[in-house]
Amino acid sequence: MYTQSFSVPDDTAGNTSGPKGVPAAASAAEAELQAAFDARIDQDGRIEPRDWMPAAYRKTLVRQISQHAHSEIVGMLPEGNWISRAPSLKRKAILIAKVQDEGGHGLYLYSAAETLGTSRAEMLEGLHSGKAKYSSIFNYPTLNWADMGVIGWLVDGAAIMNQIPLCRCSYGPYARAMVRVCKEESFHQRQGYEALLVLMQGTQAQREMVQDAVNRYWWKCLAMFGPPDADSPNSQQGMRWGIKRFTNDDLRQKFIDATVPQARVLGVTLPDPELKWNEERGHYDHGPIDWDEFWQVVNGHGPMNKERLATRVKAHEQGAWVREAAAAHAAKQQQRQLKEAA
Amino acid sequence: MSTQPALKDWPLWEVFVRSKQGLEHKHCGSLHASDSAHALQMARDVYTRRQEGVSIWVVPSHLIAASDPEDKALMFDPASDKIYRHPTFYEIPDEVGHM
Repeated sequence: MYTQSFSVPDDTAGNTSGPKGVPAAASAAEAELQAAFDARIDQDGRIEPRDWMPAAYRKTLVRQISQHAHSEIVGMLPEGNWISRAPSLKRKAILIAKVQDEGGHGLYLYSAAETLGTSRAEMLEGLHSGKAKYSSIFNYPTLNWADMGVIGWLVDGAAIMNQIPLCRCSYGPYARAMVRVCKEESFHQRQGYEALLVLMQGTQAQREMVQDAVNRYWWKCLAMFGPPDADSPNSQQGMRWGIKRFTNDDLRQKFIDATVPQARVLGVTLPDPELKWNEERGHYDHGPIDWDEFWQVVNGHGPMNKERLATRVKAHEQGAWVREAAAAHAAKQQQRQLKEAA
Repeated sequence: MSTQPALKDWPLWEVFVRSKQGLEHKHCGSLHASDSAHALQMARDVYTRRQEGVSIWVVPSHLIAASDPEDKALMFDPASDKIYRHPTFYEIPDEVGHM
């Protein structure tokens, strides 16, 4: 399960917020509702689908949750690539289970977003047309088997850092989806790390393969947490709303601090000459992240953006007959029942 | 007699899972499916991959009637001043023991 710990603007703000059921309140009444909403957030309370919420809160959630869902769905692709090439039946079974989990996580999240009044079809349309964003980490290729291990260890590891605080998000359905996701996520990280441990006990070429994968993914994983706090104007609002609990930089730091000892046990180095323990801060310092590259990829110019989207759209189109057949079957059954009843 | 047109989008179903024999079914999420058999199959794949359940219910979401959050005070507040409905309201001498 994966997410960027920030939600980037989608290409067009096509989604108008607000379900049909909510009447346009007069401004005085609206102010009162806003005050009640703020009070509930201040008490660390939860907002449920039919509760009043500010339009901007709804819109932010729809964008963040749908981007999160899209990331799960697109996240199946780089790993799905390796199912047929997994080195053993055991690893193949594990990888299938993981990819299936990602599909499930996408569904939990789409369902949560739908409670905000956005249809599944609208969200899929956003993804398939390229308007909606997903985690940029999936726009890089998975070149060798060690990439599968590194995705589990580092990419899922970064996602977990991000997702655990989301279990306490102010929006109930999102928080509940995240609880379910986090329960399953630990398997993802551990299987990846263990696959790498096995490789590290192999030949020199296998160890080099692991190091190469770590070198390629390390910086991209750090970027997954989103831009530095200073360049992340929406973070404050997200925190005010109880959607975000930690800043991008705080989460990134937690991830680095947790990962350095794991790398040591594994026997790999992390590709950052400036990475060192800072006694005074009680944290690891790290070198600068290439944000230009990050934004390039977010904006559609990564090595795999086109291919990922094309694969996703193709799968959707090729599945059309299944969806139609199921609907036709259901309609036929329904007619048969009506006839029997008549 | 009117028949429904072929479904364009699969309808939404709410999923309830009994985690263990002897426990109640609990709401765990929702999904889109073409009919009830399909919804059960999908619910199994999505919500019970790790033996989370021994029984599943699926209910078309549109059939659920729900209380209005705006009526919360009207519906639930009257119970808050009826503390005599709780066992702790009553003082019983210690020598009576557990009651």
